[in-house]
Amino acid sequence: MTTAIFEKLQKTFPEAGIELVNNPSPSGQHSLLVPAAQARKVAEFLRDDPEFRLDYASNVSGVDNPPKKLKETVTRKEVVEGVEKEVKETVEREVPGYLEAVYHLYSISKKHGPVVLRMRTGDRDKDVALPSLTPVWKSADFQEREVFDLFGIRFAGHPDLRRLLMWDEFVDHPMRKDYVAPDDCDYEPTPHGEILARVQARGAAAGEVA
Amino acid sequence: MVDEELKSELQKRGVFIASFEDIYNWGRKNSLWSLQFGLACCAIEMIAAAAARFDMARFGAEVFRPSPRQADMMIIAGTVTKKMAPLVVRLYNQMPEPKYVLAMGACAISGGPFKEGYNVLKGIDRYIPVDVAIPGCPPRPEALLEGLIKLQEKIAAQRLFGPNRARHADRQDAAEYPVPSYGPHDLEPPCNPDVFRPEPVKSEE
Repeated sequence: MTTAIFEKLQKTFPEAGIELVNNPSPSGQHSLLVPAAQARKVAEFLRDDPEFRLDYASNVSGVDNPPKKLKETVTRKEVVEGVEKEVKETVEREVPGYLEAVYHLYSISKKHGPVVLRMRTGDRDKDVALPSLTPVWKSADFQEREVFDLFGIRFAGHPDLRRLLMWDEFVDHPMRKDYVAPDDCDYEPTPHGEILARVQARGAAAGEVA
Repeated sequence: MVDEELKSELQKRGVFIASFEDIYNWGRKNSLWSLQFGLACCAIEMIAAAAARFDMARFGAEVFRPSPRQADMMIIAGTVTKKMAPLVVRLYNQMPEPKYVLAMGACAISGGPFKEGYNVLKGIDRYIPVDVAIPGCPPRPEALLEGLIKLQEKIAAQRLFGPNRARHADRQDAAEYPVPSYGPHDLEPPCNPDVFRPEPVKSEE
């Protein structure tokens, strides 16, 4: 189904740069990666198209991809002692982290789904805006708020973008991989493992004998 | 104090004697109104304990009040999230003396299975004094009734006069504890040191 939708989208929006993200696992649940600028238009098309009629967004989730270092082997030609040779070299490249909003769409009238729609932000530390799809699917309202709360994606055009689970004064986004929870899990009658090590380290820092 | 042996001897002959404290506490312990207040799955067991099969009315605690002003005890039934904690403390402050707290279930006692979560308070005893802790996840209704009986025993043993008198005999106004505020990363303060005094952690060596 996703492949058919992808082909039709390619025909309808040839300039949009929509990608098909393959899922190599047995489930084969491929997803559509839509550039943020086109997402609203594409979403409206998917909802209204008589063939697909994806009229129900069942789920919105967030994904955090922290920055990582990629090692790549590059082959290049070099002239060594007058002879041209192929030299292999390992190059380390830093990939900036990004956030992803994933929408699971179903069609109630056509009885098919899910179709997975993804949007990616830019660098997760600076550029975290994505267009809100709440105007397209009303059911995304609270779920986009939750993604905003826990991942920090700012959905432009959302009617009421406030934190959903944490309090308004809270500044962190706890589901991000670099989030550090407050260190308040210390007291246990029989501390062990990580917690014991943490408490002992803190005692040593404060000059006490743990 | 009346000698217990003399008391039972007199009782056999049809003479009943009791101190003022005994009668006062007997009345209090058999009519405990609790605050109608459930936070998670423990509340389901609390409802079961109040309903026909387990029948908390046998112990005089079946009246659940929807207002802290009319309640004698608070059953903290379930996970206290950090977002909920200030409201629990505020409700406690609004209860008139004498007032008691039952922490029901692993979550209310220590955070339970969610102890390492960023959003869960690691035990309500960080902010308010807990009289009876009922372990279990969730505790069965019998366990709640056992906790209630323990609380009744505690009330029966409370003194109204003398140096060891109960907190409520000592003061006119209800005991109040500072309500934590929502901070940028955590509740502020993360615990109330006047109430929460854990034993220092011992090392294994």
